[in-house]
Amino acid sequence: MTALQGCLLISALLFAIGFAGAVTRRHAILVLIGIELMLNAANLNLIAFWRFGPHPEALTGFIFVLFSMAMAGAEAAVGLALIIAIYRHKKTSNLDEVKELKG
Amino acid sequence: MSPFFIITGIVTLLGAVFAMSLRNLVHCALAMAVAFSGIAALYLQLDAQFVGFAEILVYVGAIAILIVFAILLTRSGEAPEKSVLTSGWLAGIAVSAVVFTMLGWAVLNSSAIPKETPPAPVATVKNVGDALMTKFVLPLEIIAAMIGAVIIALKEESKNENSGRKS
Repeated sequence: MTALQGCLLISALLFAIGFAGAVTRRHAILVLIGIELMLNAANLNLIAFWRFGPHPEALTGFIFVLFSMAMAGAEAAVGLALIIAIYRHKKTSNLDEVKELKG
Repeated sequence: MSPFFIITGIVTLLGAVFAMSLRNLVHCALAMAVAFSGIAALYLQLDAQFVGFAEILVYVGAIAILIVFAILLTRSGEAPEKSVLTSGWLAGIAVSAVVFTMLGWAVLNSSAIPKETPPAPVATVKNVGDALMTKFVLPLEIIAAMIGAVIIALKEESKNENSGRKS
């Protein structure tokens, strides 16, 4: 197993853990934590391909990760603001009790 | 792969598992910080120093604090008595296991993976800044504009809320 495959396996496992948590947990904040873990798994993939790919001096994967981290920071702020707004409105952050948009 | 890299990966994955499986939300946030620190250590070992330190600054610093604030503001700091899982949790775990099996199979059997490790690239802060200000200046401005749009939208909302309260 090469180092690139090791990195990719770690990030695949991280993605699976984040996905399982985001799908199975009831609390809205834990779903957000799962999404953050999945985003980090994608970033780890990008860095691994940048490091072991053919042209690391072009810095493409590196810059992509910087942009992706900026977007993830904005996304976390907006998501937590949404969770707090829903909590103030409905006094719950349990996703099974927030059913207004359920089809 | 050095043994230190494997140990860091195991610590990261354990932190992620605990972040997703503990009952108390504050403990979950703490385990999440451990997982993010592990990812930062992995970045440092992959010769991406700037991204590693940015990860510590953004995730372990800012987002972990933001999540702890949200946990305490929504008064969910203590562990619930009821079940913490949704009704379809078994299907969720099955789907994520299938996802991991497919990804792992693809990674281990791919012919596109290069066999030899290239020499370590130089990604100093100067190089990164040069690239950001020349080749990637348009994406940088677009992302700054997007985040600025988020901030403007948030301000607008709070203004409406205040005026709504007054009337």
